[in-house]
Amino acid sequence: MTATVPAPDMAEPRRERVLMKGNQAIAEAAIQAGCDAYFGYPITPQAELLEWMAKRMPQLGRAFVQAESELGAINMALGAAATGARVMVSTSSPGMSLMAEAMSYMAGSETPVVLVNVMRGGPGLGSIGPSQSDYFQATKGHGHGDYRVPVLAPASIGEAVELVATAFELAERYRTPVILLADGIQGQAMEPVEPQFRTPERRTFDWALTGADGRAPRVVRSLHLLPEVLEEHNRALQAKFAEITANEVRWAGEQLDDADLVIVAYGTAARVAHSAVALARQQGIRAGLFRPISLWPYPESALREVACRVRGVLCVELSAGQMVEDVRLAVEGRCPVAFHGRTGGMVPTPDEVLDVLRELDDGGRS
Amino acid sequence: MTVATPGPRVIYQRPEVLVDRSSHYCPGCGHGIIHRVLAEVLTDLGLAPRTIAVAAVGCSVFAYEYLALDFVEAPHGRAPAVATGVRRVRPDAFVLTYQGDGDLAAIGTAEIVHAAARGELITTIFVNNGIYGMTGGQMAPTTLLGQKTTSSPAGRDARSAGYPILMTEMLALLPGVAYAARGSVSDPGRIGKMKAMVRKACQAQIDGAGFSIVEVLSTCPVGWGMTAPDSMAHLSEVSEVYPLGVLADRTGGAT
Repeated sequence: MTATVPAPDMAEPRRERVLMKGNQAIAEAAIQAGCDAYFGYPITPQAELLEWMAKRMPQLGRAFVQAESELGAINMALGAAATGARVMVSTSSPGMSLMAEAMSYMAGSETPVVLVNVMRGGPGLGSIGPSQSDYFQATKGHGHGDYRVPVLAPASIGEAVELVATAFELAERYRTPVILLADGIQGQAMEPVEPQFRTPERRTFDWALTGADGRAPRVVRSLHLLPEVLEEHNRALQAKFAEITANEVRWAGEQLDDADLVIVAYGTAARVAHSAVALARQQGIRAGLFRPISLWPYPESALREVACRVRGVLCVELSAGQMVEDVRLAVEGRCPVAFHGRTGGMVPTPDEVLDVLRELDDGGRS
Repeated sequence: MTVATPGPRVIYQRPEVLVDRSSHYCPGCGHGIIHRVLAEVLTDLGLAPRTIAVAAVGCSVFAYEYLALDFVEAPHGRAPAVATGVRRVRPDAFVLTYQGDGDLAAIGTAEIVHAAARGELITTIFVNNGIYGMTGGQMAPTTLLGQKTTSSPAGRDARSAGYPILMTEMLALLPGVAYAARGSVSDPGRIGKMKAMVRKACQAQIDGAGFSIVEVLSTCPVGWGMTAPDSMAHLSEVSEVYPLGVLADRTGGAT
């Protein structure tokens, strides 16, 4: 999978390209994907997503509620999703912390909800600048208990549009919450998008609450007080996570075939890395880019395979070093793993990353 | 001349919504009575086939074991938010929450206040027994002053633990609230009145009048350290702090 811009084909009819802000594009993609209900709470830098929904959802006769808190929003989502509705919530980092509680309940009760986290700087109130410092939280953290949740990380607004539909598909196919992990730049920046909206097919759910009319009552629950019953439930959940791990790994590569040094980066950091790779190539450094799109399940074996044939891997993040732990686990010592990160809303420049690549290149040759 | 003798007539039976099984509730606990009253009202009004209920955290989380209804389990305190989500995507459903006082009056204050303020078309049964029963009898926001619990062993002292919270009076102030009332399980007469309140609260939702809530003063003999009969008798003291009656009625005279 290589992200490339196709050359314009003049024989084809002119395709529609529109300039869209990331937050709005994600919101519209959800609407086009058939989202029945949206619940949110204002927080920068995702407020435009809520505002777009506030305007569009009532126009379409769909549900929109500005909740009293992120706790309220995510629990409204839990309730709506328990009836089989297609549901989205969105927030930014501090709000994600509040939503953590319900993430655990939704994972336990297998409730399909798509959650968008437009990450900002932390910890605490942090900043409203772009950040990737919620990687741990998204991939390993949020609520209590033994569970996993698919995490999708787009690197462009166009890809975000596609991944919104994918997120709904995964949520409904596997009965699970799904996180779309973006950052403040992706939320706020405008990019020309060729909106290729997609509406996932509707499934019928034998668990959805519709009222026990002529059938046995249904209960959407996460409480199983008997240890043997809960262990059985947890085994079933783990089997589902194994199935997701086997089937839903997503990643993209650029110039990996002859690469000597490979940058591993996702989201906005991958955009910077893309430019750094181009600069490096101009200087004769055979650099490539490995871009995880699913952060869980992590493209572990694909990255390991790449690591076997390069001199080194450089992980670039808008954090103090979070994904790099998964990179090291995947690489399993097959080559050196370096890290470069900026935090607090700072974004590395391509030149800055190039400098690190050059050092690694020199180090490898000396 | 022969006089026709009337055959046996059923005047009292298990409502179909109430599942025929023994409960896990302690002897003297009011949940059984309240479950039955709710089951009778839902059966009478024919609401069960379109009911989606929200179970809250506490002893009553197992309400779905006894009420034959579709249920979703909410995190502690969040039932009104969960019910809001159900309501907004299922306009034809009858939506209710069944919450205890720890759930509604402590951890879930924001959710209940805002669901009521939005005038959500949901009905809340708020069971107030003044204690955290499931976790072993700790002080609740509704615990009476001076009352001994496992976390107020010397009795609740207003200086350190504040005052009993009158949630339903507070909620009754909100224009989104169509009906708010407080009843009790203390004796058959009051149970009958409480049933009329529950019926009225359900009717408020059916009529689209707004949010409705019935607080029910109930017992926790184990948590209170009383016998079952003593705990029922104690409810008269409780109702001095939490007066019984209708606290708001904006249903416009609908019955």
